[in-house]
Amino acid sequence: MSDAVKLSGIEKRFGAVQANRGASLEVAAGEIHALVGENGAGKSTLMRILAGLIEPDAGMVQVSGRDVTGWRTGDAIAAGVGMVHQHFMLVPTLTVAENVVLGREPHRGPVLDLERARVDVTDVASRYGLRVEASRRVGDLSVGEAQRVEILKTLFRGARILILDEPTAVLSPLEVQDLWRVLRALKDGGGTIVLITHKLDEVMQISDRVTVMRRGETVARMATRETNPAELARAMVGREVALGGVALTARAPGPPGLVVRDLEVAGTRRARDVDGVSFTVASGEILGLAGVEGNGQSALLDAIAGLRPVASGSIALGARDITAASVAERAAAGLAHIPEDRHRRGLILDYSVADNLILGRQGRFARWGRLDRARVAEHARAAVERFDIRPPDASLPARALSGGNQQKIVIAREMGGDFSVLLAAQPTRGVDVGAIEFIHAQLRAARDAGKAVLLVSAELQEILALSDRVAVMYGGKLVGLMPRSQASEASLGPLMTGAA
Amino acid sequence: MTRAEWRERIEAALLPPAIALLVALVAGDLLILAVGQSPAAVYRLLLQGTWGNWYGFGQVLYKTTTLIATGLAVSLGLRAGLFNIGAEGQLAAGGFGAALMGLWLPAGTPAVIAIVACALMAMLFGGAVGWVPGALRARFGAHEVITTIMLNFIVLALLNWIIVAHLRVPETLHTPEIRAGAVPRLSAMMPVFHGSAASFTIVLLLAAAAGTWWYLFRTRSGYELRAVGLQPDAAEYGGVRAPATWRRALMLSGVLAGLGGVNFVLGYKHYYEEGFAGGAGFLGIAVALVGRNHPAGVVLAALFFATLSQGGLAVNAVVPKQLVEVLQGVIILAVAASVPEVRRAIAAGRRRD
Repeated sequence: MSDAVKLSGIEKRFGAVQANRGASLEVAAGEIHALVGENGAGKSTLMRILAGLIEPDAGMVQVSGRDVTGWRTGDAIAAGVGMVHQHFMLVPTLTVAENVVLGREPHRGPVLDLERARVDVTDVASRYGLRVEASRRVGDLSVGEAQRVEILKTLFRGARILILDEPTAVLSPLEVQDLWRVLRALKDGGGTIVLITHKLDEVMQISDRVTVMRRGETVARMATRETNPAELARAMVGREVALGGVALTARAPGPPGLVVRDLEVAGTRRARDVDGVSFTVASGEILGLAGVEGNGQSALLDAIAGLRPVASGSIALGARDITAASVAERAAAGLAHIPEDRHRRGLILDYSVADNLILGRQGRFARWGRLDRARVAEHARAAVERFDIRPPDASLPARALSGGNQQKIVIAREMGGDFSVLLAAQPTRGVDVGAIEFIHAQLRAARDAGKAVLLVSAELQEILALSDRVAVMYGGKLVGLMPRSQASEASLGPLMTGAA
Repeated sequence: MTRAEWRERIEAALLPPAIALLVALVAGDLLILAVGQSPAAVYRLLLQGTWGNWYGFGQVLYKTTTLIATGLAVSLGLRAGLFNIGAEGQLAAGGFGAALMGLWLPAGTPAVIAIVACALMAMLFGGAVGWVPGALRARFGAHEVITTIMLNFIVLALLNWIIVAHLRVPETLHTPEIRAGAVPRLSAMMPVFHGSAASFTIVLLLAAAAGTWWYLFRTRSGYELRAVGLQPDAAEYGGVRAPATWRRALMLSGVLAGLGGVNFVLGYKHYYEEGFAGGAGFLGIAVALVGRNHPAGVVLAALFFATLSQGGLAVNAVVPKQLVEVLQGVIILAVAASVPEVRRAIAAGRRRD
C-alpha cells in the first residue's frame, strides 16, 4: 500500500519549547491510524503542520507522494486533507447546512441558495452515515452532534485524509460508538484517518496501526493487533505505568465535609442548569459525579465554588453554611477547587508559574498590601519540586508549559496547602498518562488524609477507578447515587443518557 | 536572569517601536519632500530646536512631565483591561484642584506643606473624576470608553463655567495666581534652562512612575489588578472581585492624570487656565501604547512625544506644524501594527541562528 501521508524529520519550536524534534509519521491510504503520546508530546503540532496550519522549521511533508512542505490550509483542503479540531469552530446561530457550506456557499447570482445547501449537505451526510438534521440550529445540538457537523464540514470540502484531534474527549460512551461507526464507514469508502488520542482502549478498538510520540520524537510504530495497552503506555511514558490504578481500601465514612441541599441554579439556555440537587460528601470519601458534559455538572461546581449565584438551596462546608460566602471566604473556609478549564479559569497564562501558584491565596503572601516576593519564590520552589513541575523554572510564564505541567501547577496550588473539601473538575483532561497517574495518586492521598473530594469527570473509567460512591447527573438533576460496588459502565450508561 | 534572557526581553520591548519609528521617518521624508523641503534640513532643525539647546530641552522636559502623568494613567487602566479616554478631563480637574488649594492656603505657607497639599488636591480631584466611570461600570455595566469620553465634556465644561462665573481674573480665562505651593523651575538651580517652563515636578512624576511600577508588580492589589486585565475569569476564580478592581483601577488612573495638572499650575503658570490640558490627556493614549503599558516605557515614550511636539514648533518656519502631528499619527499606527509583526520576525531570526 502506498503512503497517503509521510512526514519525516519534522522540527518545530515555539519559543522555549521544542514541540517536534525530528518527528516522523507514515500513514497508509485507507487505514485508521492512531497517533498517541502524552500531552506535550507534539502530536497536535505534527498534525497542525500536516493540515497546513503551521509551518515546520525543518523536515518534509508528503501527501500521496507529493512534497507539500510548508503548505497553507487552503492548499491542504484542496488536496483533500481536513482536520477536525478539539474545540469546535462552528457558528451557533446558523443552521447545520449553513455552517457546513460556510466559505463555499451555493448561490444564484448574489442570492444564497439555502435550499440547495440543505440538499447538498443532507446528501453528503447520508453518503457517510452521519446522522444530523441539516435545518437545525447548531446552538441547539448536543456535543456529539456538533462534532458530526465538524466532520461533515470537512467531508463536504472533499477531504479524503481526515485528522481528528482527541475527538472523544467530549463524548458519552454511546456517542463514541457512533463515532467509531462513522469512521469505519469512511474507511470502507476509501478514506484515510489519523486519530490523535491518549486513550489506549480507543487505540485498541478502532485503529489499524499506531504511532507513538514522546517529547517531540516518534518512538514507536506498530500494527495495533500486534501490541497491547501496557506496551503502548510504556512507549508513551518511557517507563512502566500502573494502568487502572490501585484498589481503594475501604474506610468508614467520616463526618460530612460538603453538604449540598436542594440546590437550584438558574440556567443560561434552559430554566435551571441545576435543578434541586442534594448530596453529601463525607470526609475521607471521593464522590464521583458522572454524566455527559452539559448536564449541569459545571454549573453545580461553579455554584459550590461561588462563581455562579444560587437561586435556592444551601451549600455547607462541614457545619458552616457558605451559600452566600464570597470566593475568597470559601477558600479561607477550606474549599479547594481544580477548575475544569485551566486555560480560562485555573491559570493566568501570562503570569509566571510562581505567580500562578499563589492565585486565590495572594492575601496570604502579602503584608500591608505588599507581596512578599521572597516568600512567593520560596513557595514556588517547594511546589515545583514536590509536584515535579517541568521545566523546573518558576519564572517561566505558565503559557510556556505543557498541558500536563500546567495542570500540575493547579494541583500544586489547590492541594499543596490546607483544605478540607476539594472540587476536582476534569482533573486529568488533556493530561498525559504519566501525569494522570500522579494526579490520581494525589486524589487518593487527599481522601486517605480525610478530605472530602467531589470528582467530576467525563471519563467513566476515571470515576470508577477513584470513587467511593458514584452519582450521575442528567438534565440538571441527580438521577442516581450508588456505592462504587454497584456502579459499572453498564449500570451508569443508561442513567447518563436519561434512558433509565 | 541570564544575560541572553535580558537581551531577549530588551529586544522584544524596544525593537517594535524602533522599527515603527523607522517607518514613520520614511513617511515623514515623503511628506517633507511633498511640501518641497529637504528632509535632512527639517530633521536637523527639529533636533536643534529640542535637544540642541538648553531652552528647547527644557521645553521638552516640561511637556514630558505632563505626558508621563497621562501616559501612566492610561497604561494603568489598560493593565486592568480598561480603556481610560478621560485623562484629558482628569488632568484638567487635577490642575483645578491644585489651584484651589494654592489659592486657599495663606501666603507664606512652608513650601513643602503647600506643595504636598496642592498635589494631594490634584490627585483627589483627578481621582474623583476617574472614580465615576469605574463606579458606573461596576454598578451598571456602562462601558468605560463611552463614559470616560463623555465625562471629558462634562468636566471641562463645568470647570469652564466655574472659572468664568466665579474665579477668573477679568479679561482672562484663568484664576488669580496661587498664594502658596509653587514648585521651583529647573532654571532656579540650573541657570542654563533659563526661560523654559521645566520645573521640579518632573521629579514628582518620575517618582509616580516608579510608584506605579511598584504598585503593579509588587503589591497584592497590583497583582489582582493585572489578573483582572489578563483573564477576568481566572481572577474571579482567584477570589478577586472584578467590579471593585475596575473602580480602583479607574480611580488610580484618574489620580495619576490629575497629578499631571500640578506641572502647569504649580510648576509653570501658577494659576489654572481654561484649556491648559491642550490634548495632553489624549496624547497619553499614544504614550501608553508606544510605552507598552510599562512605567519605564511610558517615561521614554513621553520623552519621545514631547520631543516631537516641541520639535513641531521648531520646524514651523519651514514646514507646517501639522506635519509633525501627521507624523505622530503615523508613528502610533506603525507601533500598533508593528508589535506582533516584529515579534514574529525576531522569532524567525532566532530560528535561523
